[in-house]
Amino acid sequence: MSNELIDFVLVSVALLGIGIYGLSVKRNAIRMLFAVEIIINAANLNLVAFGRFLPHSGGQTLALFSIAIAAAEVAVGLSLIIVAYRMYQNIDIADFRSLKG
Amino acid sequence: MADAVFLALSVITIGSAIAALELRSLIYGSIALMGTLGGIAGFFLLLDSPFVAMFQLAVYVGSIAVLILFTVMLVKRELIFKKIEDKRRKFVGIALMLVFMVALGSVIMDSGIKTITTDEPAVDFRSIGADFLTYYWPALILMALILTGSVTGALVLARREDVENEQRTD
Repeated sequence: MSNELIDFVLVSVALLGIGIYGLSVKRNAIRMLFAVEIIINAANLNLVAFGRFLPHSGGQTLALFSIAIAAAEVAVGLSLIIVAYRMYQNIDIADFRSLKG
Repeated sequence: MADAVFLALSVITIGSAIAALELRSLIYGSIALMGTLGGIAGFFLLLDSPFVAMFQLAVYVGSIAVLILFTVMLVKRELIFKKIEDKRRKFVGIALMLVFMVALGSVIMDSGIKTITTDEPAVDFRSIGADFLTYYWPALILMALILTGSVTGALVLARREDVENEQRTD
């Protein structure tokens, strides 16, 4: 195998950095969901990479569970965005103020 | 060292991750997110785990990206093309990203991960199926219940109460 573990870990670090940038800068609710997806994928890449180089089947199993839970999270998150859009007619999270005391 | 396929895949993945966050239109952004998810599936293929790669393609590119695309189409058109972000926060965000990348990257480069290589054969996907049905079966059942509950909860949340009565009279 010509690729080493460090390559995959560095790609994962780059994806984590991009996701943190998106979460801290964007105020669009759907784009923040994009950033969360990118971070989750970086974590999955780490799991599978370490599982390949140990080698152990636990990494792939945990990655499969993680993908399934991420699907549930996206379904709930998108329905929350739809409810908030129906209430405020906007997807800017600075407008979602009714919980803000 | 990394080979050409790896380099091409990482350029596609990281480039389309940046495009997903920076493109003006949310529709093109979600299509770029599909590129990122597909690139991660390519990495899984490079890591000799075709089962996880196919799962990633089926769940992420097949369902989650399409779900996001349909949600984007429910939003008003001027909101799709409007960029909502703080100008002041942008530089701070870029600085935070660079600090994270450089700090984590230098820590990882100094650690012992660099020397890890393997010559052993990859894990057979049959052993993953055996693990699922023997050791992890309570987790598998719990995951199925969580998925059912979350999809039901999403449907209940997104239901419109104001049109319910009109539909009943039809």
